[in-house]
Amino acid sequence: MPTIYIDDNPYEVKEGKNLLDAVLSLGEDLPYFCWHPDLGSVGACRQCAVIQFQDEEDEQGRLVMACMTPASEGTRISIQHPDASQFRENVIEWLMVNHPHDCPVCDEGGECHLQDMTVMSGHNYRDFRFKKRTHRNQDLGPFINHEMNRCIACYRCVRYYRDYAGGGDLQAFAAHDHVYFGRHEDGVLESEFSGNLVEVCPTGVFTDKTLKRHYTRKWDLQSAPSICNHCGLGCNTIAGERYGTLRRILNRYNSSVNGSFLCDRGRFGYEFVNDDARILTPVMKNVETRQFEEVSEDDAVAKIAELTRDKNSVIGIGSPRASLESNFALRTLVGSNRYSSGMSNAETELVNLSRQILNDGPAHSASLKDVEKSDAVLVLGEDLTNTAPMMALAVRQAVRNQPVEKAKQAGIPEWNDNAVRELIQDEKGPLYLATPTNTKLDDVATKTYNAAPQDLARFGFAVAQFLAEESPKVIGLDEDVKSMAKSAADALKNAKRPLVISGTSLLNKSLIQSAANVAWSLCANGKKAEIALTVPEANSMGMSFLEGQGIESAFERAASDDIKTAIILENDLTRRVDSKAWNQFLKNVENIVVIDHLENETTAAADILLPAGTFADSDGTLINNEGRAQRFFQAFEDDSAVQESWRWLQGVLDLGKDTDVSDWYSLDNVFSAMTKSVDTFKGDIVVAPDAKFRINDQKIPRSPYRYSGRTAMKANVDIHVHKPPQDPDSPLSFSMEGYSGKQPSGLTSFFWSPGWNSVQSTNKYKNEVGGELRGGDPGIRLIEPKRNASPKYFTEVPEPFSPREGEWLSIPLHHIFGSEELSAKSFGLSKRAPEPYVALNPSSAEKLGLQMESRVSVKLDGTEHTLPITLHENLPDGVIGLPVGLPDFNGIPLPNWSKISGATE
Amino acid sequence: MDRPLTHHIQPDKQPLSLKKYEKQGGYQAVQKALRDFDPVDLQNHVKEAGLKGRGGAGFNTGLKWSFVPMGDDAPRPKYLVANADEMEPGTFKDRLLMESNPHLFLEGIILSAYAIGAEKSYIFLRWAYHLSKKNLEKAIAGAYENNYLGENIQGSGFNLDLHIHISAGRYICGEETALLNALEGKRANPRAKPPFPQTSGLWGKPTIVQNVETLANVPGIVNNGINWYKDISNSEEDGGTKLYGVSGKVKNPGLWELPMGTTSREIIEEHAGGMQDGLKLNGWLPGGASTDFMVEEHLDVPMDYGSVMEIGSRLGTGTMIVLDDQTCPVGMIENLEHFFAQESCGWCTPCRDGLPWTEKILHAIEHGEGKMEDLDQLARHSKWLGPGKTYCALAPGAVEPLQSGLKYFREDFERHINEQRCPWS
Repeated sequence: MPTIYIDDNPYEVKEGKNLLDAVLSLGEDLPYFCWHPDLGSVGACRQCAVIQFQDEEDEQGRLVMACMTPASEGTRISIQHPDASQFRENVIEWLMVNHPHDCPVCDEGGECHLQDMTVMSGHNYRDFRFKKRTHRNQDLGPFINHEMNRCIACYRCVRYYRDYAGGGDLQAFAAHDHVYFGRHEDGVLESEFSGNLVEVCPTGVFTDKTLKRHYTRKWDLQSAPSICNHCGLGCNTIAGERYGTLRRILNRYNSSVNGSFLCDRGRFGYEFVNDDARILTPVMKNVETRQFEEVSEDDAVAKIAELTRDKNSVIGIGSPRASLESNFALRTLVGSNRYSSGMSNAETELVNLSRQILNDGPAHSASLKDVEKSDAVLVLGEDLTNTAPMMALAVRQAVRNQPVEKAKQAGIPEWNDNAVRELIQDEKGPLYLATPTNTKLDDVATKTYNAAPQDLARFGFAVAQFLAEESPKVIGLDEDVKSMAKSAADALKNAKRPLVISGTSLLNKSLIQSAANVAWSLCANGKKAEIALTVPEANSMGMSFLEGQGIESAFERAASDDIKTAIILENDLTRRVDSKAWNQFLKNVENIVVIDHLENETTAAADILLPAGTFADSDGTLINNEGRAQRFFQAFEDDSAVQESWRWLQGVLDLGKDTDVSDWYSLDNVFSAMTKSVDTFKGDIVVAPDAKFRINDQKIPRSPYRYSGRTAMKANVDIHVHKPPQDPDSPLSFSMEGYSGKQPSGLTSFFWSPGWNSVQSTNKYKNEVGGELRGGDPGIRLIEPKRNASPKYFTEVPEPFSPREGEWLSIPLHHIFGSEELSAKSFGLSKRAPEPYVALNPSSAEKLGLQMESRVSVKLDGTEHTLPITLHENLPDGVIGLPVGLPDFNGIPLPNWSKISGATE
Repeated sequence: MDRPLTHHIQPDKQPLSLKKYEKQGGYQAVQKALRDFDPVDLQNHVKEAGLKGRGGAGFNTGLKWSFVPMGDDAPRPKYLVANADEMEPGTFKDRLLMESNPHLFLEGIILSAYAIGAEKSYIFLRWAYHLSKKNLEKAIAGAYENNYLGENIQGSGFNLDLHIHISAGRYICGEETALLNALEGKRANPRAKPPFPQTSGLWGKPTIVQNVETLANVPGIVNNGINWYKDISNSEEDGGTKLYGVSGKVKNPGLWELPMGTTSREIIEEHAGGMQDGLKLNGWLPGGASTDFMVEEHLDVPMDYGSVMEIGSRLGTGTMIVLDDQTCPVGMIENLEHFFAQESCGWCTPCRDGLPWTEKILHAIEHGEGKMEDLDQLARHSKWLGPGKTYCALAPGAVEPLQSGLKYFREDFERHINEQRCPWS
């Protein structure tokens, strides 16, 4: 550990850092703009200037940029030196030359890095007496607001957008003090990760357009640490509320999961929480009119207790988008053998298989950070940008690892970003992509292979065969596929941290099995192989811990047994089964009880409907694809009857008296009842600090101390000052009162540190820049590999795909915007979702005599859909793609064989 | 007097054909080097001769080459890039060489490429130099035909390809790393150093970027040796001759090859013929716009790198811009700062936002709207835009005429402000 001297005080710092990183990691302050913990140094803004001395004798020193200077043994610098501080003040003054004085009306105000750095640098009197230059702003689509006049040209936006996230349509234009950051013309930013610009931009050039629709200052938000519920990765977020509506989602740093970034679905998909279709009161259907009528909470609960008195007549259908606690409560109410995961049979099988592979095999279940650190990647089947977006972003970083190693060997430190990029140019580490059609990672792939799902699995099995002789052979593989499999196998074998990625999105068991074989055969070669398996929803993996059966099995049971009542938990089943099965189910069951938060086709069929909390107005635990259990906390509470689903069910259970649930008054107790009674959870599991947790006897506040108007916000309705709501489920207070120091890692409702009001305050919460949060990253892994296990290889190699005459294999195509139920209802995302279509390759289209503008009729399982066609160059012959889960186009069982009946004009 | 750079140039400035050039001893240096010199020997030879970069930085050329990784393990390909983006205001020396003596320049490229083991070379040419392009293209074609370029040059086993790249026309492209970015098709922003281009240059490969005049010096050194090169110079430290130029209101503006270390007095009074009638010499920028003013007391300072630096300026390109007593110094500096502010690439803050500020202040002063505090602002900018503060040398160069102008012409600035007008207008 080198020792450096800052203003004559010695400090030990970590090897290989630059001075800015070292200074910030020590917890000291030094202003900066162009540097970013995830983007490295480029030395453009000149803000982090310090004086460096050659040795103890040197009294003169010279001005250097801390971000561009290595913190090596014996480095002596002064931050306080008048030349350094004057220069830093000058830099701010230059940056402010053209910056508008619009802080009071700027969305960034109060969480603006430029404001913070201006105060820190001490510039306050303006000498510039001439006109400012102005720019024209662009319409960048529904997510991002553009206000170029505020730009201080730190270049972070383009470095993030292009270099880090691989986007192409944001550029630096023009030169000198006219530099312009935007698109070549107005239009929607194409990247799926554009929202991070909001946090990357140090001032108000790129701001959250969805927040603008219901704007609130950071200090006026009541927020809670949350978990994204729009895919299976479990990215950590902060959900901020005011006046009973959710205002925005911000990234919550977790070095093991999403680091500093989110995808646009995760950031902008929140507005369903404020939707007019929210269910706010319990309702019951009038037997005569078949219309919903409000009932009291007690009556509703009593009625359900009555219906569930005979357990044998009840089934419960849970949900992979509901918390473990709510699912467990349902499972307790109906009994584990009448409890369904709420996923289709196929999905249930695949998720269970995934857990089994991660749990019983020797390969380590990869966190997103592990993905980012891997140096050779094989992807089997997954279009990651659309099925697990942040994993795609992680893979984009992973392909840099091998070339960056070369740069390091050439003596260029990894943080010297432009120099590293210059040396490695377009060189990429190994990434082999086997997917049905082209994906947005193709541009960084070593090789791509597009084929039908079973052929992709065969390719996976072939890779494993090259790595382990005893894994099953693949007969009849094409030579070019074989040679690609060989080169993929070699690349993985020669890597230090090889990674295999697959998942459930194509609903193909062989693919996941082949991925396991590859990972395990790497382990057999002595490699510490990683495996990442994506799952569809926020708590899909959690469902496998609760071991429910699939929906179809539950429906069968509803048909055959003497089932009278079904309780459906936070699940629109019509998205998961076809209408025939759904209608049959409705006929088979007399009483439908639904607990959910948004009206949908399933809630419409309910006899009793209870209002559930969303992620923002309830607490709970989710398990992500990696097997990491994470807690999301309630951001706000309102006066409605909305509560956690498990609380409704606790009421029912309490009346039923079969199970003692008298201590289920807090989330902690429900969670611990679950870990005690469900075998798959072993022993005491601490996901987050419990509700009794205090620091200096104080709760942890949900709002910053500057929060305004707590006692006056509702004065127009009622002048009495109400006590803030109590929270039995967490140690967080619904107020700005409580412990005012830095919150513990799992309980961070907002990042803030004296002098650091922007998201850059995150650095103050880390052990070191880029490192773990102090006290460890939140969440707990429930799945660890059995490093010494050598499980049997999966042996069922599928037959090669053979196209059928007159029939087409329709496979699911996922969309980051549109395929996920809840986010698709959000304002911004709904504008980005595609219209339903059928995708096929150009030669198939030609064979069918279709033109680009043709509409075709696709028949499958007795239903018929008229759809426009989309040409996918790389889709295999005999295969068509249909979008999954779009708001008005779902419940179609895929993959499936279908017929296309030519053009219907 | 030996004039190794210009003795091939005809009175009509028409370039010699390859055959005529050969007849006058052309390409002998290439023959000799390929035959007698190991590349590293050639590096040492040029180093000892004391050739310094003629683009303005004045760094020892052979020493610069010695940082290029050599041997079988060296990354490939290696590049030699000729910086022919001559855009320094008042500078027109490389133009003469390229228009009228292209083969000498090519010979320099071939020798230098050989010295560092480069197999690819580029001439990064100023867009406006149409005649240079035409003459160079013809010369390059001839060199290929006669196997001075291409595969296995003169049977030596050394290969070299040469391409001309026409610059899009930005001053910053003259900065060698910005030039490399531009050549790669990127924004012409300079790069951070280290790493230096010698190890990670064009497309991340070892690269030497060298000014045209510098390259043209190499054949003479190879042909005539180290002692000859030192002898033809008047300077203690710096070898060779220098293309000195004068623009401004002198009787005979132009360009002359003279011994390194010739005094300004000789250049201005003898070669340029002195000031036009009725005008007095007020000062001059010794080597392009980005150098500090020199004034009458400096007339006898030898124009070599060390001597000019001693009196607080830089030799730069060695092409002077002369200021006479009937031209407003404030207006001249305003014009220069306008140029520099416009040519800032926009990468680093002080240059991007500081230079336009100085331009605006100078404009106000020149147009009768100056305030006394403006002079403090200008001084402050001169200080904080200086060497080591900014990302590259553009802004430090830009403030050289400003800071020296404030020093030598302070009274003129004050008169503008006191009289609220330009006394010259």
